[in-house]
Amino acid sequence: MSSENAPHFSSRDAVVCRGVGKTWAAGTKRAHEALRDIDLDIKPGEFVVFLGPSGCGKSTLLYLIAGLEDATAGQIWSFSDKVETPSPERSLIFQETSLFPWLTVWQNVSFGLAIRGASQEERRAVAAEALQRVGLIAAMDKRPDELSGGMRQRVAVARALAMRPKVLLMDEPFAALDVQTRARMQDFLLDVWRDSGASVLFVTHHIDEAVALADRVVVFTSRPGRIKTIYPIDLPRPRNLFSREAETMRIQLTELLRDEVDRAFAEQEAFAVPA
Amino acid sequence: MAVVTRDGETGAAAGASRPAAATRQLAPRLLASMAGLDWLAKVWWTCLSISLFAGMWELCWAMGWADEKLLPPPHIFLDNIGEQGKYFNTATRWQVGQSMGEGPSAFESVLITGAATTMRVFVGLVLASVLAIAVGVLVRYYRFFDRLVLPTITLLSPVSPIAWLPVAIFLFGIGNAPAIFMVVVALFFHMVLATINQIDTVNTNLINVARTMGASKPQIYARVIVPAILPGMLQVLRMNLFGAWMVVLVAESTGVGYGMGQVIMLARNTFNPSLVFFTIAVIGVLGFTFDWLLRLAQRRILYWLPDTAERLRVL
Repeated sequence: MSSENAPHFSSRDAVVCRGVGKTWAAGTKRAHEALRDIDLDIKPGEFVVFLGPSGCGKSTLLYLIAGLEDATAGQIWSFSDKVETPSPERSLIFQETSLFPWLTVWQNVSFGLAIRGASQEERRAVAAEALQRVGLIAAMDKRPDELSGGMRQRVAVARALAMRPKVLLMDEPFAALDVQTRARMQDFLLDVWRDSGASVLFVTHHIDEAVALADRVVVFTSRPGRIKTIYPIDLPRPRNLFSREAETMRIQLTELLRDEVDRAFAEQEAFAVPA
Repeated sequence: MAVVTRDGETGAAAGASRPAAATRQLAPRLLASMAGLDWLAKVWWTCLSISLFAGMWELCWAMGWADEKLLPPPHIFLDNIGEQGKYFNTATRWQVGQSMGEGPSAFESVLITGAATTMRVFVGLVLASVLAIAVGVLVRYYRFFDRLVLPTITLLSPVSPIAWLPVAIFLFGIGNAPAIFMVVVALFFHMVLATINQIDTVNTNLINVARTMGASKPQIYARVIVPAILPGMLQVLRMNLFGAWMVVLVAESTGVGYGMGQVIMLARNTFNPSLVFFTIAVIGVLGFTFDWLLRLAQRRILYWLPDTAERLRVL
């Protein structure tokens, strides 16, 4: 169905971006370009990390792929569908808690099924299965404010998994967690990813996190965000993050990012002190 | 430094090791032990708060600063409740051929008058909130409704309810209806604006989660936006409760046969400060009870909200 519109890529790819751009408040005085000329192919089951300085548009790209925002240039495809609206096939997990505080854990996890009008038994069964996978079956009947930050993010992951997504989009999901919890959550995420077979697109500004998780790291330039380079992490899993190779990769990624961070800083200073 | 402990045992241990500190810790420990009987402590503090206020007033009277003909202290205006209560019997007194001695007793009169005013506040508040939430949600749901209705609502919302008083009487004459109309009109417009504001501040992540799960617009409104604005709306309702009590008195003082507002007007016209303060006391008790019931309901409905006041207390 998509062949006449986009003959130049395989419709089996999980995400395909062609010339994608986004300008916020386009056509007004406050218009600013967040993304430009993004070309990207993501294979099914691939773990891709978006790395870049703050405000480089990497989260914007994630929102575009989720279908929550419209691209102002180019096209995005996911498998054989053109991305125009959000879809349960592409679940998004946010940095901040996005659980519904008035629902219990299991009701949160099965929210998507409730939308489709599934019966209570079916919803509970699906929620139980998803919570089993994130190791939170015991917290099923608790409310979100009774859980720790790490547990809440695991519930958010369970909620995304309950939709059986083909693409899992994660917007700095562990940024608000402490270092130890984050390391545990990374291991947990890798397990979930291996089981689910979904592609993961993971936004972060932590180089350590990128090296720990990614098959490929997409390094972004500062505003407007473009792809500076795509850096493969071909370390065998489970990874030894203290190995010489891992260290070398971290150093190389740091150097790739440094210019961009410097540029972003210079821009912000120029903005703060008008001539 | 005095340590206020919440745990009775550690408090006692600290007191035993430092006898000098024991007396200083007595007061906090007394308070801590009362915290266990939470409701009793609340009653105690409420009584203390009111007694303090009344005490200051009595002191002013005792010192001769407050003229008892103009500012009669509580022990005077609460002294003869039977006598004061008779004045609440405004409705029967105004009926032809009846004297003050007939009809309901003084106590019954106070009850009837209080219940009538409370009923007007309650009905007005319910009508205003249902209408305001419905209109507020519609404004955000349908763009054209927003453009069509919001300018008029914004235009009317700064108008004082007093200005509506003649309208209430033109439209509804005398009775319950004008008083209820006044309450509705006083609350409706800014409750609509408050509803819209609440909708606009709903966490976009929650809406986006529902969108990625394939929720339609009506589903997002019903399952995300309405539950998300409930806490704020109940807060708005509580603030407006006091507004409703203020307005109902104005309405009653002119348009209605009986009610608290009538008693105040009667007291004014007959130069009876005792009756004014007695009525103020009754209104205060009614409003306080109403607010307390609303808070109880709030805690039931909003079971998921943490107790913020508890967190601020440690500061």
